[in-house]
Amino acid sequence: MKMTDPSKKTPQGSSLWKDARARMAKNRFAMGGLWVIVVMFSLCFIFAWFCTDPNQVNLTNKFAPSSAEHWFGTDALGRDLFARILYGGQVSILVGLIATAVSVAIGIVYGAISGYAGGKTDAIMMRIVDTLLAIPFLVLVIVLQATLSDWSGDVTQWIVGNFKWDKEFTGRLTNVVPLFFALGLLGWLTLSRIVRAQVMSIKEREFVEAAVALGYSKGRILFRHIIPNVLGPTVVYSTLTVPGFIMYEAILSFLGLGVESPNSSWGVLIKEGANFLETEVQLLLLPGLFFSLTLFSLNFLGDGLRDALDVKAAKD
Amino acid sequence: MLRFLTDRILQGALVLFALYTITFFLAKAMPGEPFTSEKNISAETKANIRKLYGLDKPIWEQYITYPKNIITKGSFGISTSKGRPVIDIISQSFPNSLILGLCALAFAIGIGVPIGVLSAVRKNSWIDWACMAVAMVGICIPSFTIGPLLQIYVAAHIPGLKVAGWGNLEDILLPSFTLGLVSAAYLARLTRGGILEVLSQDFVRTAHAKGVSPSKVIIKHTLRGGLLPAVAYLGPAFAALISGSFIVETIFQVPGMGQHFVNAATTRDEFLLLGLSLFFGFLIVVMNLLADLLTGLLDPRVRHTRKTD
Repeated sequence: MKMTDPSKKTPQGSSLWKDARARMAKNRFAMGGLWVIVVMFSLCFIFAWFCTDPNQVNLTNKFAPSSAEHWFGTDALGRDLFARILYGGQVSILVGLIATAVSVAIGIVYGAISGYAGGKTDAIMMRIVDTLLAIPFLVLVIVLQATLSDWSGDVTQWIVGNFKWDKEFTGRLTNVVPLFFALGLLGWLTLSRIVRAQVMSIKEREFVEAAVALGYSKGRILFRHIIPNVLGPTVVYSTLTVPGFIMYEAILSFLGLGVESPNSSWGVLIKEGANFLETEVQLLLLPGLFFSLTLFSLNFLGDGLRDALDVKAAKD
Repeated sequence: MLRFLTDRILQGALVLFALYTITFFLAKAMPGEPFTSEKNISAETKANIRKLYGLDKPIWEQYITYPKNIITKGSFGISTSKGRPVIDIISQSFPNSLILGLCALAFAIGIGVPIGVLSAVRKNSWIDWACMAVAMVGICIPSFTIGPLLQIYVAAHIPGLKVAGWGNLEDILLPSFTLGLVSAAYLARLTRGGILEVLSQDFVRTAHAKGVSPSKVIIKHTLRGGLLPAVAYLGPAFAALISGSFIVETIFQVPGMGQHFVNAATTRDEFLLLGLSLFFGFLIVVMNLLADLLTGLLDPRVRHTRKTD
């Protein structure tokens, strides 16, 4: 990574990011989305630690209306809904982020190799992507998730043993871990195409030619010269995949294939809420509101970032 | 055209083969046992049951036998959890899923395309802004929130509509609306983009200049080219409908294929899982092919480039 030192960046490169920032700041929807996400993150990851225990069952106080103690009231088991929404948000957001990280890692390496190799290798590798893209995503995710489900317990044990993490926190992750991988292992396809297109244009640039002339190996050129240069735009593009993964987590949890009670995620909360719809609509509406607001903002932010960086689109 | 067709059919076969291979080995790697029940079954009985289903043979033999049986006997195996042939389960549930899917697609096109056209024609007006905001909401609010809300606020208050169930004509209404909403939102965005692009082209300006009425410019000159992105999306839209049907069928208790698929994954029913995955894959391959043919019909450029390839 040291090779990406600032001296490598031409002034033109830095002005691209500066322009992008200026364009971004002008896009009110994207900035609004950014603020909502900042608030949501701080709620879920900072404020949540000061909340009451989301798994504290209190059967004498079920379906309580909102009060100073329970801001959003309580659910069917007397658990604090606000705390459950925030802790559920942690899981949902983490699934989105980690699955994206996994798929970005795979997509960059795959796309970069395909784009850099060119010719037959490229044709075969892209044919594989096309084939996998034609397979219904949810079908594969469900099968893979079922295959990985058993293995997650071992991973959690290992994390607890090796990292001395909070047991309660890792416990919440138990049946989420296969989700990270099931989604990430299958979600890299579109990303690899984007990376490939970028690599194909970058490999014609002078600094790559210079590296070739210096006699560097292909692997070194690819991983130290080309990939660092496609990293920024790719990560920006990948913000658009985060809401998709969050949605898939909710779908799987709703079907009973993802996160399971008593752990919470937004999908689990919506599923639980749907059971008490006739009398307690807020159990469905409030988690649904948090969920939709996050997805809404992430989509606007992703669109905004993409437009801000896409120089060609911005000119016309 | 013929070459294009054979090329696409071969590619479709490749997709199905890949899908089969992945699903087969993942299903084999699944933890747990298909034949677990409360009763204690002796090891001998279990071995006999496994033999009955052909699960005692080496994995490579099983890998070859399954597609061979599909092609020669038309048999998708026997569901280990239901004890019935998979083909029976599919033929029983597929009509329900098909009706639901087609009605949802009709909703999606019927709502999405007009909204997209409207907001493209009134670009940057409050109508455009409102339409696109609604479309974004449609994408971001999941069907498992909208579905239950429709049940409680619509179905419960309108006589004749049932909260859940399947069998009467009016039962189709709410599930297919719920299912079609997301695709409608995507279609609206794609249609808007497609039409805007065509509207900026020279021949549209020429049409305006020679005095063609604005509505005629849209209908005769713009719509055909502007709908291309939306038509290309029909294949993926169909895939989205299949995924969405898993949820909508659960909410509205529609006896379709989605529920069987989810059950197959949880009960480790590998033959049902394989059969349904292949069937879904087949449907999507066919839909993608149809969407491509339709694109060629609307856009002569596509046909032309294919021929010269």
